[in-house]
Amino acid sequence: MFDSLTAETLARVQFAFTVSFHIIFPAFSIGLASFLAVLNARWLMTRDEVFLRLFNYWKKIFAVGFGMGVVSGIVMSYQFGTNWAVFSDKTGPVLGPLMAYEVLSAFFLEAGFLGIMLFGRQRVGDKLHMVATAMVAIGTLMSATWILSVNSWMQTPAGYGMNEAGQFIPEDWWQIVFNPSFPYRLVHMVLAAYLTTAFVVGGVGALHLLRDRTDGEARRMFSMAMWMAVIVTPIQIFAGDAHGLNTLEHQPVKVMAMEGHYDSHPDGAPLILFGIPNPEEKRIDYAIEIPKLSSLILKHHLDAPLNGLDTVPDEDEPPVTIVFFSFRVMIAIGFAMLGLGLWGLYLRARGRLYEAPLFHRAAILMAPTGFIAVLAGWITTEVGRQPFTVYGLLRTADSLSPVEAPAVATSLLMFIVVYFFVFGAGTYYILRMMNKPAHTRRLGLREAPVRAAGPIASTKAAGSRADDANA
Amino acid sequence: MPFDLAFIWAGIIAFAVLVYVILDGFDLGVGILFPFAKTERHRDVMMNSVAPVWDGNETWLILGGGGLFAVFPLAYAVVMPALYMPIILMLLGLIFRGVAFEYRWRTEKWKRVWDLSFFGGSVVAAFMQGVALGALVQGIEVVDRAYAGGWWDWLTLFSVLTGVAVVIGYALLGATWMVMKTEGELAAQMRRYAVPLGWGTLGFVGLVSLMTPFQDPVYFERWFNLPGSLYTFVVPMILVGASILLFRGLAEEGRDRQPFLAALSLFVISFIGIGISFYPHMVPPGLTIWDAAAPDESLAFALVGTVVLVPLILAYTAYAYWVFRGKVDPEEGYH
Ligand code: HDD
Ligand code: HEM
Ligand code: HEM
Repeated sequence: MFDSLTAETLARVQFAFTVSFHIIFPAFSIGLASFLAVLNARWLMTRDEVFLRLFNYWKKIFAVGFGMGVVSGIVMSYQFGTNWAVFSDKTGPVLGPLMAYEVLSAFFLEAGFLGIMLFGRQRVGDKLHMVATAMVAIGTLMSATWILSVNSWMQTPAGYGMNEAGQFIPEDWWQIVFNPSFPYRLVHMVLAAYLTTAFVVGGVGALHLLRDRTDGEARRMFSMAMWMAVIVTPIQIFAGDAHGLNTLEHQPVKVMAMEGHYDSHPDGAPLILFGIPNPEEKRIDYAIEIPKLSSLILKHHLDAPLNGLDTVPDEDEPPVTIVFFSFRVMIAIGFAMLGLGLWGLYLRARGRLYEAPLFHRAAILMAPTGFIAVLAGWITTEVGRQPFTVYGLLRTADSLSPVEAPAVATSLLMFIVVYFFVFGAGTYYILRMMNKPAHTRRLGLREAPVRAAGPIASTKAAGSRADDANA
Repeated sequence: MPFDLAFIWAGIIAFAVLVYVILDGFDLGVGILFPFAKTERHRDVMMNSVAPVWDGNETWLILGGGGLFAVFPLAYAVVMPALYMPIILMLLGLIFRGVAFEYRWRTEKWKRVWDLSFFGGSVVAAFMQGVALGALVQGIEVVDRAYAGGWWDWLTLFSVLTGVAVVIGYALLGATWMVMKTEGELAAQMRRYAVPLGWGTLGFVGLVSLMTPFQDPVYFERWFNLPGSLYTFVVPMILVGASILLFRGLAEEGRDRQPFLAALSLFVISFIGIGISFYPHMVPPGLTIWDAAAPDESLAFALVGTVVLVPLILAYTAYAYWVFRGKVDPEEGYH
């Protein structure tokens, strides 16, 4: 079945497949690590057991998700070399040091303190344990910062020169790291991770509220999540809009594809709400559009002219259909999140946040949408950058490794089988843990631990506090 | 020997790889020995002895790869396609063993599956690392800044041999680690295993060392001409010393740390031996350290952070090991 596929297509599918799996876990790890740091800090400040139980509950879920993030991430860092060797050779002098900084300042931090965060409260005491928990959270944020700088440089390259070997060489590190799209992408992605996590936490809270309205942990997490939803979603929409304006400035062709503007509009472009791109005829079929609104959003003027894809040579056009749809999926989810947040605010104001089964069902339904929005956003960003890996400078077709198609096909097949098997199982375990209420003593398989005689038995007798702190 | 940025960086990358080999070496080794545990309880203890530190250990592998991309992009761009299959299989092996740490506690029915994945993943990852090493020593064909061979060139008798050598060597590290970290029956069992593993490791190191000089005339000259023949003398001497310490420590009950430390020094000295063969090459036979290096601006920028951060990392890594020092408490864990 792979006979007709070139090594290039296969390598692209492989990259898209592995990175799409990978980003699902970081989106959750980044948000959850910060959430855990907040829970632990609140527990230390208030000594309210609800926070401790929530911490111990989400910690176990975090550990599984983080593990999947780590192993899928290691694949990513080697894949640049295995599948995109020419790209690696050419961009290494610029991008390599940023990724090295990511390893040094982020990955080691996460990994070094993870053990203490998960296993060490008893050994190091509350204070140092709090430090470790905060370090893990900071590590995930640092990691996002560096890798997004790398990705943004590929979108909007700056601060580089070229040498005679055809490599990009650094000229101004400040400009490279803080390239034009980086601040926007960083803010948008970190908020996306927080929102994704908030909706998962909210969904789990809602599930347990439906079963038992008096469940203290469920109430607490649901309330926290709904505050996040109503506060962060508007900021995210605002950040997304700013991001889009920045993209219009630096990658106008991507915006044409997102908006579905095949034709130029010299006196005000319409906003196409929905339609079906028709790449052969170069138009949007069945378009539902609002006249001039696109010009208003992008240029803040109803009659501002906007160029379309007709001004771009065909070989420089990204695939419109994918970008057009994925962008709309993200936006739709953004507004649905806003809706849920406002609904929650209204119920809260009326004092009925915990007594609204319909609302709880809606929150459960919305739980996975953050992941979908994150994927849709990345697909918009990355497919919209095509056919380049370094925008305008290095084509995807010229980035490839000298590896034969059968090798790539074999490895792709292996990745598909292994990822669905391994990450499928992990997702199932996470869902199963989420299905248990937060005060469950042990989420593992030792529901009734086999306890040896001796000093350990006394730990148990010391009561639930010690056991919870231990767990 | 020009002492410049590229040279310093070659040293740092070598250091990262060495730290990786000895740290992840023992936790992969624990995985390799996993099926030999006699009881469920023993398996729990084995896994818990490395659970708090394995992620940190593996991060050195990312530094090795990421560092290569940063400072020797050409080497990275040539080696990865040349070792395409071993690298991909190693990554898949690391996936299977990495998730087992958590999954194993989350299911009763599939526990065996994740036990097997911990073992299988560790063996495959270790074997493929050895194969990659062997293939690199054999040399990689480069034309016009790109790998010019096929996708099976890495597979030879020599690379399979280095693969097996690494599996056995890691198992030795794992066994001696268990001697240090556990007590009672399990520790005694591992002490018994470590003896044949020790001989096996030495045998393979010897075999590989004898074959290496014949992979490339350059290696031959390095080892059998002055001043190289000095190394030819010194390296095996240290090797013998470390082996004596290893077997003495294993023979005497109560010397729980010595075997592990001796096994580590076996690895360090073998690694130095390989380094002597390689220098000044980054990718034998064609690419030297200086051919493969990124421009000085990149090397300098990355070096600033490395000089500050690596000591910090070593410090908090040491702290994490210190927190979890001593024998593993079978009751501990958070699941
Ligand atoms: C916005 C955030 C983000 C993005 C876009 C990426 N990652 Fe990632 N990555 C993380 C955020 C992250 C993280 C939060 O730091 C993770 C996720 C879970 C985890 O364990 O750490 C992680 C783990 C992780 C690891 C394992 C680290 C460890 O051992 O702790 C590696 C090697 C990579 N990633 C490499 C990559 C590469 C090469 C990417 C690009 C193609 C990439 N990541 C995209
Ligand atoms: C983590 C979130 C990310 C997702 C979900 C994602 C998604 C994708 C997708 C779907 C493609 C395929 C586009 C196509 O071929 O049409 C792609 C391409 C690519 N991405 Fe990303 N990406 C992400 C982050 C990154 C980062 C952080 C980098 C760089 C450090 C990166 C580097 C690349 C490269 C080099 C390609 C070109 C290869 C190709 O066309 O497949 N990506 N990405
Ligand atoms: C409705 C309001 C939103 C707007 C206007 C918006 C806008 C954008 C734009 C224009 C891009 C592409 C930028 C580029 O490639 O140059 C983008 C990317 C992205 N979006 Fe959104 N977005 C919105 C909501 C969301 C939500 C709710 C999430 C997730 C929870 C999300 C997650 C992402 C991600 C992960 C990316 C890719 C990374 C990046 O380029 O920043 N977005 N968004």
